[in-house]
Amino acid sequence: MSFPESLHAAYDVIVIGAGPAGLAAAATTAEAGLRTLLVDENSAPGGQIYRAITTSPLKNSSILGKDYEAGNDLVHTFEKSGADRLAGCTVWSLDRERVVGLSCGGEARLIKAERVIIATGAMERPFPIPGWTLPGVMTIGAGQTLLKSSGLIPSGRLALAGQGPLLWLYAAQILRAGGHIAAIFDTTPLANYISAALHLPGFIFSPYWTKGLGLIREVKRAVKIVTGVTRLEAQGKNKLQTLVWEAGSRTGSIDLDVLMLHQGVVPHVNLAMAAGIKHEWDAIQLCFRPVLDESGNSSIKGIMIAGDGAGIGGAESAAERGRLAAIDTVANLRPDALAQIPSRDNVRNRLAQTMRGRAFLDHLYRPSKVFRIPQDASTIVCRCEEITAGEIRASIAIGATGPNQLKAYRRTGMGPCQGRLCSLTVTELMADERGKSPEEIGYYRLRSPVKPISLAELASIPQDETAIKAVVRG
Amino acid sequence: MFKRATNHQEPAVQITVDGLPVTARRGDTVSAAILTAGCVEPYRYTAVNGTPRAPYCMMGVCFDCLVTIDGIGNRQGCLIPVSDGMVITRQNGKREIES
Amino acid sequence: MQTADVIIVGGGIHGCSTALHLTLRGLKPILIEKDYAGRHASGVNAGGVRQLMRHIAEIPLSIRSMDIWEKIQDLVEDDCGFDSHGQVLVAEDESELAPMRDRVAELNLRGFNHEELIDAEELRRLVPAVAESCPGGVVSRRDGAANPAQTTTAFRRMAERRGARIIEGVRVDTIKRDGGHWYVTAGSEVYSAPVLVNAAGAWGGKLAAILGEPVPLEVVAPMLMITSRVPTFIKPVVILRGRKLSFKQFENGTVMIGGGYLGRAYPDTNETDLDWTQLKNNARTVWDLFPIMREATIVRAWAGIEAKMPDDIPVLGPSRKHDGLFHQFGFSLHGFQLGPGTGDIMAELIATGNTNISLEAFRPDRFETADIGDKHEH
Repeated sequence: MSFPESLHAAYDVIVIGAGPAGLAAAATTAEAGLRTLLVDENSAPGGQIYRAITTSPLKNSSILGKDYEAGNDLVHTFEKSGADRLAGCTVWSLDRERVVGLSCGGEARLIKAERVIIATGAMERPFPIPGWTLPGVMTIGAGQTLLKSSGLIPSGRLALAGQGPLLWLYAAQILRAGGHIAAIFDTTPLANYISAALHLPGFIFSPYWTKGLGLIREVKRAVKIVTGVTRLEAQGKNKLQTLVWEAGSRTGSIDLDVLMLHQGVVPHVNLAMAAGIKHEWDAIQLCFRPVLDESGNSSIKGIMIAGDGAGIGGAESAAERGRLAAIDTVANLRPDALAQIPSRDNVRNRLAQTMRGRAFLDHLYRPSKVFRIPQDASTIVCRCEEITAGEIRASIAIGATGPNQLKAYRRTGMGPCQGRLCSLTVTELMADERGKSPEEIGYYRLRSPVKPISLAELASIPQDETAIKAVVRG
Repeated sequence: MFKRATNHQEPAVQITVDGLPVTARRGDTVSAAILTAGCVEPYRYTAVNGTPRAPYCMMGVCFDCLVTIDGIGNRQGCLIPVSDGMVITRQNGKREIES
Repeated sequence: MQTADVIIVGGGIHGCSTALHLTLRGLKPILIEKDYAGRHASGVNAGGVRQLMRHIAEIPLSIRSMDIWEKIQDLVEDDCGFDSHGQVLVAEDESELAPMRDRVAELNLRGFNHEELIDAEELRRLVPAVAESCPGGVVSRRDGAANPAQTTTAFRRMAERRGARIIEGVRVDTIKRDGGHWYVTAGSEVYSAPVLVNAAGAWGGKLAAILGEPVPLEVVAPMLMITSRVPTFIKPVVILRGRKLSFKQFENGTVMIGGGYLGRAYPDTNETDLDWTQLKNNARTVWDLFPIMREATIVRAWAGIEAKMPDDIPVLGPSRKHDGLFHQFGFSLHGFQLGPGTGDIMAELIATGNTNISLEAFRPDRFETADIGDKHEH
């Protein structure tokens, strides 16, 4: 894969990410006649939720479920829309002039757009427990990716730990695919059931209610569940061997080959932050999210954010938010084409429907503090640079005040993942330790390249590019 | 660490991992192929302390899936599909480029 | 109102070093920093600890600083990540080597022996990975590099421990002089002292102008890139003059690539722009000169906000307008190595009224015949 000859030097719209928000946004702007490019780092469209929707070896819906099939319509509509698509292409920079740095097949380009719609979705919240870096420990999302794209299930003894709808969905999928789960360790804090109960009425009328209960029942019939889990430790020499757990006063251990962790998803903010877009702390969802208007316009003119990257709302709302961003784009760049695409009011109404029940889920699956802020000093926080919670606390004690100052003491956030797997933990840990709010403590200052770019790729940028700037916070 | 849930008929793709022949399926990513092959563990050693690691997120954010593919180091194995004849080398500690 | 012996504006390496050295002379400084110590150029520069290729006027300063660098642990109880593997200026061809030969001869005549001309063989010994075609260069063997954020933080910490007051996250609003005292309003507080030091870096020009002593300072944003870890293949810092490059491999294997390519600075919002079309040229130079780096990946890039003077040397020493005012800014992309030494000299100057290092070349009024514009407003 490299850049096709047909690639234009500039586009009306560049959409970054081919999940539900990106597919819906790109299809809508292209249908309105705007020259649209959809860029995605995966080889097949679908994002995470509809991963491998066109290529999965699991051909019928008996394993992955009917909701997954909804991705087919999105891809189909996109393919008819006339938008260009670059698959297997990494976006490594975006600036306030809306110049997008792309690399593909060992080459790099800088391409400008009138509008950029960031649809880079969500990532799983870090789950820092002792031993989470051992081979054999991975996220439930990782397990589901392997299932969707290659039809793979874990071999050997498997346990799942954590909380959230994805845990139950994946457990059910593994069972339907003929897999076995030794145990599920549910970390949902018991107090969450009370705080969530206030939001129950909204949830009962949402589609999640019956589907969710059905899944949990399906799994509970076949798997041992330990509830109220308060501590997890993965042990092993060169790979996972044992999971030690505590649930209040109960304790136990279990020999395992694979442990999958999950405690919800958070917006994947790296690209938006590196572009200089303003973010704020979401005290309910416990994460940073971009400051946006109703259509998805960010603090930088011409850059919009749609889908879970704008704040977690799930796949169906992601598609609607993608359409809303696209409608705003068309209204600005080609208002005469508005008649050809869905009306703003219709999309808004559908969005409201898809958001029903969200508050209940947000409160029920709010992860507990002990799994967000590592209590054991030896727990690795920064996986790339192998920095522990104890080392970070020691740096705070001698003067590190925030994530950026911490870099003068420890190399946290300076490895290849650029803080994706440690930033929330570092922010919350420092806030907790210093008695401040996460908003006050802030986040790493992120910069392009948001993904590593090889020296060869950088050197391959054509000479004729005019002076083009990428924005970072100095 | 993983096995196939179905006997699906995707064509086989032949690759090598540290010189060992590995049969993958079209549509597998490099990481999926290595995790299924079983013959190459651990997946890699870190450059910082030389500790063993394997892919954690499989969606391009954790960078624990880094491998050398056809001589080019630090590729995200979880994002790159296998192709016939691909030569994959595990990254063991600081051996990111040959000196 | 809070009183002190000296008020320092700016918490970079220079402000923090001056604060520390003042405490060592028994004085009580207050340091006011609008962000946090080391937030800008001092925390994000390339970390070069270099005497090599300095302006003649800066050499005594640089040597005094080098003496401190070599005992940095004793001063700040932190190794600052300092290593001393030398710095090498590489000539890419014979035409670049000739002026180097002349310069080293001139330095020797003036009694400076830290720069040493080397032939192709010695160059290859010091920098085995450099392209075969390079005929030689200049080495300064005591030079090296340090971790800039770690260093600035260490100076800040030690200054505070020795009794300096460090006030961060507070911007200076007004400055008044009355009855031999400076009154500095910052945040909701007024600070007063007989002596004021302007160590405000890229913002030093603005401060000097407010104090009636404008200088033609340009605010710039030099860019740096860093690679993933690669096997150790180079010890000294390598610099080029023809094509712009500075190149340094750290102990952990990562390689820093710089050379003074400029992004764009926005000092009012603390933002900088990276210019990837320039960084591409930087990458090309590395590609040509170090074939071993061709498969390396760039993991991070950044730009810091710095001050640059038209003659590339700082504004350093007493004000020509006011008693009790000293300037210490405008280090023009190479102030990091000088930080420890200039702090020492500034403290000496403030405490004793004198220093044996000539600061004549750094006078703030040296530009008076030139056209002075406020260049940092874009």
